[in-house]
Amino acid sequence: MPSRTLTGRRAALLLPALVLCSLAAGARASELFVSNEIDDTVTVLNGETYQRIATIPTDQRPRGIFATPDHRYVLVCDGDSSNIDVIDAKTLKVVRRIGTGPDPETLAMSPSGDKVYVSNENNALVTVINFATGKWIKQIPVGIEPEGLAVSRHGRTVVVVSETTSMAHFIDTRTWKVAANILVDTRPRIAQFTRDQRYLWVSSEVGGTVSVIDPRTHRILHIINFHIPGVDREYIGPVGVRFTPDDRTAFVALGRANRVAVVDARTYEVEKYILVGQRPWQIAFSPGHKRLFVVNGLTNDLTIIDVSSEEAVKSVPVGRLPWGIAVIP
Amino acid sequence: MTVRRAPGGFGLFALAVLAGASLAFVAPAAPVQAAVRSFSITFLRKTYHFNKEVLPSLLETHPADLGVSGSEEATSELNTAGRFIGWHFTLNVVTVPEGGNLAATAQRLLAHGPRVIIADLEANDLLALADLPAARNALILDMRTIDDSLRQRQCRANVFHILPNQAMLTDALAQYLVWKRWSRWFIIQGPTAGDAVYAADIRRSATRYGARVVAEKTYRYNPGSRRSDTGYQQIQTQMPLATEASGDYDVIFVADETDLFGDYLPYNTYAARPVVGTQGLVASAWTPAYQEYAALQMQQRFDLFAHRGMTERDYGGWLAVRIIGNAVMRAGITSPLAMRKYLRSKDFLVAGYKGQGLTFRRWDNQLRQPVLLSTPLMTVSMSPQHGFLHPGYTTDTLGFDEPETKCHLGH
Repeated sequence: MPSRTLTGRRAALLLPALVLCSLAAGARASELFVSNEIDDTVTVLNGETYQRIATIPTDQRPRGIFATPDHRYVLVCDGDSSNIDVIDAKTLKVVRRIGTGPDPETLAMSPSGDKVYVSNENNALVTVINFATGKWIKQIPVGIEPEGLAVSRHGRTVVVVSETTSMAHFIDTRTWKVAANILVDTRPRIAQFTRDQRYLWVSSEVGGTVSVIDPRTHRILHIINFHIPGVDREYIGPVGVRFTPDDRTAFVALGRANRVAVVDARTYEVEKYILVGQRPWQIAFSPGHKRLFVVNGLTNDLTIIDVSSEEAVKSVPVGRLPWGIAVIP
Repeated sequence: MTVRRAPGGFGLFALAVLAGASLAFVAPAAPVQAAVRSFSITFLRKTYHFNKEVLPSLLETHPADLGVSGSEEATSELNTAGRFIGWHFTLNVVTVPEGGNLAATAQRLLAHGPRVIIADLEANDLLALADLPAARNALILDMRTIDDSLRQRQCRANVFHILPNQAMLTDALAQYLVWKRWSRWFIIQGPTAGDAVYAADIRRSATRYGARVVAEKTYRYNPGSRRSDTGYQQIQTQMPLATEASGDYDVIFVADETDLFGDYLPYNTYAARPVVGTQGLVASAWTPAYQEYAALQMQQRFDLFAHRGMTERDYGGWLAVRIIGNAVMRAGITSPLAMRKYLRSKDFLVAGYKGQGLTFRRWDNQLRQPVLLSTPLMTVSMSPQHGFLHPGYTTDTLGFDEPETKCHLGH
């Protein structure tokens, strides 16, 4: 059992000499938490060595995964069990379960971490949950098959995209009303604010594009297309989106095109396509933004991209049908 | 003639509430919600004679809402989207009884109602509808037929086909068999004209993909074991005889579109070989077991709505409505003629839980799509298979490609 190694590692950390050693080496390494949709597990990897630290059993069909702002917990949506598993980032154990309503696909949190936003895929709802008590604050009807959630920096706006309605819905968190709906290209998956909050990018998996939206006027400013020599257009399915800290560059995972696109976030030109594993889905940066982790759904692994050289440098096995990733620094 | 309306009241109510809410709370720069516009779709079907007793298996069902429930579910989905952006859709279900006058009903509909029609009709009736003078500028979405002829010499500019036709189905199976290197085929063909077309398509697929038809038989006897206590005992002796060949073969490729005998073949064949075709491993656009590419969500949603599994015909009905929804809400098109142009343009694309956008072939108005290969409980694979290439769309490796088409709507 891979999870047995957890005991050994934690026990070792209790030894003063080793604690000193690890401190001398520059504090504890970051940890990567990857949800494995059909294994019903979360794989935990050392963020520097990529060695497997633990395999945490979850409830059924874990997909959306999110680290709390204080980095104490990692939350995982269990779609077929209608709850969130709360994993203690120290003990690597599920310490709590929060009911979400049916089929939670993914989640996000308010900036302070007091609220959890869950997309209930089968019910066309966003459920707002008080994280401390687990009580539901509100359920907001949105489009069909809601998926990706984005929370603005001050928490005023929550954006959810609905895959089958093909919209980005802007929810006002003071009133819990849907304030605006924007039709985007077919089957939107992920919404992501630029760090300066001036733009919202929405990836459309079947449409094969990324829409750049002005979150104040709710207008689409630009639509990014991808052309890869030798890859049919119908295989290009943008999903995960992340921005570098300076908002200059965006990385976009392209699903069955098996590549991550590097996009100039000012000109919207695609600078490069990085070959990764099969069906890259969600992506996340290392704490210092030097590396980008790409979760490959069909090859059951993680591709590690060096951000400065924009090259894939390594791949590491995880569980089966890996879906999302959360990073604890 | 009976007319049924899909439930739509909630959509209007919700729209009013949400539109009010958005006006109250939206930032000043946000676009103001327009008034609700409505769009009406006609679902035209006919009751056909159906003898349940001929089906070999007691488990085969024939629900009365087959097909139409797919369209109704899709209409309610459109209204979920519509309530956010000010559109409301209604589906008028019109049923011509068995032996009823389809042309008269269609004339009346075309004269008064919207000329966007989803046709749940067999081939002859579909052509009768399409060829009415009043239908010249209509849009007819064929959500039922799989006939090759309607995509070839009998194609019509006002008809768009949703489900994969026979040649697409045999090509989908053929690619998989060639990938498996099961390339020696024994064709066993039923008595109907459709079976003959399907069998001809098997031969065509063999030529296209380098497989070989090593034996062929036509099976005419209708065993009817379903009604006899000792049926299987007769089947157990008949099927080995029917599948005995002088040489060896890798698979039995069965062409039995009306389910007369094909389901008797597995485990009853002379040689220990798998059965593919209209029974055994079957090619289709959809099965109730398919769950890849988020189809699971669709299956669950349909089950909540119709309280049964989603069949291929339900999928056809569902997709037809979603296609119209895209034209109306995405492109703002409401005239049937403009819609026809849009569906054939590069701007059009519809999502159908196949992991890629689906588009229409310009030369015959056939929806290009990946095709499922399934047993009753499982999805075995999905074609096009890896390695089959095409300069345009990989899905154009299935069925009649532009250079070989006998339909020339592209010009």
